Amino acid sequence: MANSEFRDEHVRLATGSIHLLRCGVGPPLVFLHHSIGSPGWLPMYATLAESCDVIVPDLPGYAGSERPNWAREPRDLAIILAHLFDALGLNDVTLVGAGFGGYVAAELAVVNASRLARLVLIGAAGLKPEQGEIMDQMLTSHTAYAHAGFRDQEYFARIYGEDVHADVKQLWDFSREMSARVTWKPYMFSRRLAPLLANLRLPSLILWGSEDQIVPLECAQLYAQALANSRVEIIAGAGHCVEMEEPARVAALIAAFAFGQTVGGS
Amino acid sequence: MFVGYFTERPYQDPNSGYFGATGRSIMDLGMSNAAYDPRLGAELYHRYLDEKVYAEEMGFDGLMLNEHHSTPFCMGQVVNVEAAILARITKRAKIVILGNVLPIWDDPLWLAEELAEIDMISRGRLVSGWVRGTGRESVAHNATPPFNWERFQEAHDFIIKAWTQPGPFRWEGEHYHYRYVNPWSRPYQTPHPPIWIPGVMSRNTVEWAAQHRYPYVMLATELEPTKESFDYYDKVARDTGYESGTQHRGYLFKVHVDETDEKAHEVARKFVDGPSNPFLEGNQGDIRPFIQNLPGLTSRTALLPTVNAFAVAASRGRVSPGAAVGSNISEVPKADKDEAFQQQIDKMSIIAGTPKTVLPKIKHVLETLRPGTIFFWDGDGAMDHDDAMRSLRLMGSDVIPAVREMAKSLDLKGPFEIDPATNKPVEGQNEPR
Repeated sequence: MANSEFRDEHVRLATGSIHLLRCGVGPPLVFLHHSIGSPGWLPMYATLAESCDVIVPDLPGYAGSERPNWAREPRDLAIILAHLFDALGLNDVTLVGAGFGGYVAAELAVVNASRLARLVLIGAAGLKPEQGEIMDQMLTSHTAYAHAGFRDQEYFARIYGEDVHADVKQLWDFSREMSARVTWKPYMFSRRLAPLLANLRLPSLILWGSEDQIVPLECAQLYAQALANSRVEIIAGAGHCVEMEEPARVAALIAAFAFGQTVGGS
Repeated sequence: MFVGYFTERPYQDPNSGYFGATGRSIMDLGMSNAAYDPRLGAELYHRYLDEKVYAEEMGFDGLMLNEHHSTPFCMGQVVNVEAAILARITKRAKIVILGNVLPIWDDPLWLAEELAEIDMISRGRLVSGWVRGTGRESVAHNATPPFNWERFQEAHDFIIKAWTQPGPFRWEGEHYHYRYVNPWSRPYQTPHPPIWIPGVMSRNTVEWAAQHRYPYVMLATELEPTKESFDYYDKVARDTGYESGTQHRGYLFKVHVDETDEKAHEVARKFVDGPSNPFLEGNQGDIRPFIQNLPGLTSRTALLPTVNAFAVAASRGRVSPGAAVGSNISEVPKADKDEAFQQQIDKMSIIAGTPKTVLPKIKHVLETLRPGTIFFWDGDGAMDHDDAMRSLRLMGSDVIPAVREMAKSLDLKGPFEIDPATNKPVEGQNEPR
């Protein structure tokens, strides 16, 4: 794992303060986290920070970012993030979203693609699967749901440890409340997303773990159909949180796609 | 004193495998309705309605109904249907709905209309309670839990306006929107049916009820925390600018009366032998805390003292009873149920006996809590129609008259004697017997 010193920042917006982690120099890359909240600075960010300016905000209403009480759907969060990009003066952004963060990223792309250079969706929610269903976290415990994001306990423990810290469980609990506020129904998809994606020409990379138990693999193809300028990469054997299970590999795919570079050293 | 009768109307299927002394407990929201037999359902609805009619004959002032969804422990899926039938087939008793689950209604105008019809058909006998519902209600009707409290308050404000302000008017709220509110039905009672609020643990709800001067009915909570909750109500009342009294306090508790003490205990044991009920201590089933305690459903810092009592805590999902998540049903050793039953007898969570032996215990409850309204919770669990009817008959002949005397000597006046909204004696209304 690359060693990096990340910064901890708060950006004031009229809709509430946004907390973010940031590290690296170069073109900006913004990563949007899963619905269970951002667990901190992850190995993949450190690897990517070798070649770009990695910015990891807490989504509005999650962890350190103030809750917009009026927000009712992921598009509201996406619009706030578009305003965050304005506030930070970000251009040519590589926008990466995982799971629910992928849903918000796709919404952000359709509401304002002008500051984006490209889009990376990892196991992204947002589109209704035709065959399967998106796993409903509301009818399971937050702990069981967090586990379901990984192919097995070993990979889960690499991120969260064998005994999950109470603060992390609190983060999961807290995050569910915000997720419920914006995705309770319809659960984790919008029928108003795919038609708008069709207008985009943004270069897009769709990454998926072949063993994703949260968002069915078929959604990768649905995104590919909706996004004209896209390609799909399936990571064999990986679960939903593929960027946590395979940080080096996912970082390499993103860096190659975004910057035509190899990262992570040897 | 207002004396009411309640049963949760369990779906009792002797062939189900999850019913009776040897039955298995049910996992909350873990039972498919493929097991539901509508013919049995028909018989049970008739039975429970018949018992309500008999309760009126035996002198009860009120017939209490409640509502739950997607669960065998309560057949009140649409409480207003039962209330509407009782409105026509009873003559005197109040029909006490505790309550309609406000936040799960997407169209509260429809609810206002239904209740106005019930109030008219009963010629002014409706008591309309509101609840926020448990997690299973939000899940079943898919109402967004974090907005539960906001929707509760807005639906309440809207219904009161629809009942009291001549239409048409327009309502553009946060969660509800109407361009033409002008229901062609209005409540029989003026300004509107009395509103009582049942609950167990939400400090928000107690505070809100006290601010609105609505009587608060504690549902089978233990005595000491119940008293603390009433004290909190009194404090909020003082802060709001009035003195609360017995007319603002209601209490539901389990009472079974029978011909002998042995028989009474044998039958009261059936409280814990029906289909699992998260609100019936000793037979709560396998509760999945994350469903009961959905994200944002209740404020995580606003809990009443009653939440410390295990039964309530478990029913609301605050503690895990160690259920094996993933299995549909699990065995509950009979010995555990015996112990749970005995504990409840010991702490008077269940009062069972002959009229002679239950009366001193009821008196203790009245002295401790000083409620102006009480409900006897009976005929539940695995009790059959005969069990319920025997108890109702003895309550009518020997318990209710004695309770009224106690109430008189303790000066426990109910909300139909002292108006909770004004603290003045209720005029033009016959005092309940």
